[in-house]
Amino acid sequence: MKLFGWGKYPVIQVEESYFESIEQLKSKLSIPGDYIVHGMGRSYGDSALNRRVIFSSKFNKILNFDPINGVVICESGMTISELIEVFLPRGWFLSVTPGTKFITVGGAIASDVHGKNHHKAGCFSEFVRSFDLMLSNGEIVHCTRENNSELFRATCGGMGLTGIILTVKLKLQQIQSSFIRETLISCKNLEEIFNLFEEHSLVTYSVAWIDCLAKGKNLGRSILMLGEHEDSGKLNHSFKQKWMVPFDLPHICLNRYSVSLFNHFYYNLTPKYIREHLVRIDNFFYPLDKIAHWNRLYGHRGFTQYQLVLSKESSFEGLKKILQMIGASGLGSFLAVLKLFGTQNDNYLSFPKKGYTLALDFKIHPKLFSFLRELDRVVLDHEGRLYLAKDVRMAREVFIKGYPKYEKFEELREMMEMKMKFNSLQSKRLGV
Amino acid sequence: MKLLILGANSDVAYYIAKKFAKSERSSLFMASRNQKLLAKKVEDLKIRYLVEVKALFFDATDYESHRNFYDSLDTKPDGVIICFGFLGDQKKAQRDFIESRQIIETNYLGAVNILEIIAEDFERRGHGLIIGISSVAGERGRKSNYIYGSAKGALTIYLSGLRNRLNKRNVRVITVLPGFIRTKMTENLDLPQKLIAEPEEVAEDIYQAYIKNKDVIYSKSFWKWIMLVIKMIPENLFKRTNI
Repeated sequence: MKLFGWGKYPVIQVEESYFESIEQLKSKLSIPGDYIVHGMGRSYGDSALNRRVIFSSKFNKILNFDPINGVVICESGMTISELIEVFLPRGWFLSVTPGTKFITVGGAIASDVHGKNHHKAGCFSEFVRSFDLMLSNGEIVHCTRENNSELFRATCGGMGLTGIILTVKLKLQQIQSSFIRETLISCKNLEEIFNLFEEHSLVTYSVAWIDCLAKGKNLGRSILMLGEHEDSGKLNHSFKQKWMVPFDLPHICLNRYSVSLFNHFYYNLTPKYIREHLVRIDNFFYPLDKIAHWNRLYGHRGFTQYQLVLSKESSFEGLKKILQMIGASGLGSFLAVLKLFGTQNDNYLSFPKKGYTLALDFKIHPKLFSFLRELDRVVLDHEGRLYLAKDVRMAREVFIKGYPKYEKFEELREMMEMKMKFNSLQSKRLGV
Repeated sequence: MKLLILGANSDVAYYIAKKFAKSERSSLFMASRNQKLLAKKVEDLKIRYLVEVKALFFDATDYESHRNFYDSLDTKPDGVIICFGFLGDQKKAQRDFIESRQIIETNYLGAVNILEIIAEDFERRGHGLIIGISSVAGERGRKSNYIYGSAKGALTIYLSGLRNRLNKRNVRVITVLPGFIRTKMTENLDLPQKLIAEPEEVAEDIYQAYIKNKDVIYSKSFWKWIMLVIKMIPENLFKRTNI
């Protein structure tokens, strides 16, 4: 079958297989060749692609739930969306959630995903108590922070390259209502938004939409979104995908003029300040999930997301430069997000670290890759790195400079014969 | 509603169980051979929907055991869904009668034997629901899978007769004719992606057939039109085709 990541680039022919029990997986893995596990295919680039993929979608059962402590044990193909459907009505929610709920728990661990509360709660792996991992020889290892801790730290953020994540023990957070109290604040420029992130560092959830095509005195104009769980009210959950993009739009639809126009209206039509209005959890965390197949907006050539983080000290200078370059290139997209991360964890390849992160979509375009290489240099100059779950084109040099623990990761892969069994197009490109 | 699902380890069965547990708050008897795999699914369904779910051992081709299996249920179900089936290997079946027999026994004889036992009970009680998952392969014989197709074709006719017999006794019989489904059964086949349904889509179609009082449904529904065309092709042309 043909397979691609969320960015619909690249598209490759794969041999697929499924499993619903450990025995089935073991027998599949015993066939020579290298594999990568593919969950919901929400990583943007080539990190879940390989000539042979193993889909985890049928390995998706809930094995145990402790209703006193909110600890769930489930298989790695379980989706966040289903966890919400089951446990939100009982007053439990993910402790950390990314911007889409259509991902698997295994994928969340492999990318060590983050959310709007990273500055307070850290990454997804913070709430992973343990997991079972199938190694290249079929052996199953139970990993926690204390036991097999090296494997634990390599696997969280390890892009599926250390083995196959089987069952996961996950801590949920208790909530009192299915609503979020949201505050929106418009900011005129980069300085203002930086100050506001600092000022609201105690708020649980924070993220900003940023107009990456604004120039001059408007550079960095943005809308800060803050949120807290509402502490009373109903616990009901209903979700419907309201809209769908039925087919790939002509790739010309998103261009610098249409995006500028969208950004202009979006910025100007949002009131300067909205204080603590109530929004549903789904609308707050997963606004784009309402539009099925929104990745088709970018046309048949597909797109990529470029997500970078810079060290905090040099974030302001670095981001200013990057926004100027994007403004001048005219390649920017309407989905650009800014956030201040908290401190980094000790996993080998987790992306977040103290500083500002910026994520932007770019449609695939002949000029794009050389432009991104220019951005790479600025990122490295400001002690930054790129997010592997979004990447489709980074060079090895950019990877090893951004991820100083790469050597430990590669040693482990070598030592435990993971390189023979678990590879993605990304790992081959990066030489991991 | 109490629902008995036979062949409960099939991919479609799991999603049917989810659908009925969620929408009808049905309690479930899940019956299959592989008890280890089944136990996991039973626990999953209990946690998700907080309904009663029981795992049972059932072997479709162990005919002698069927009477005892049904009699030993402490409460009798209001509905039964036949999800077991065996695609087998057509080429192998042509050479080896053991394979042919396995295909015919699992898809047809097993269903007839257990359904007669259950139909008798439903008929006496004057209510009940029987859902049989047959196949579009049973609509016309093709060289690529006619052993399987003929067993499913027999099942379709059987269900039609059963519906006719039980109609006056307030027992509903629904025949489901799926096309390709992305399941264990079809994993190693090279199928046109656009025609493949996900097991949860088929489960949804089956639930809708139940809600809307349908007798026979295709899943996905476009198979109705595909099969209409395929059935219309004159035999002297059809015999030359490669579909």
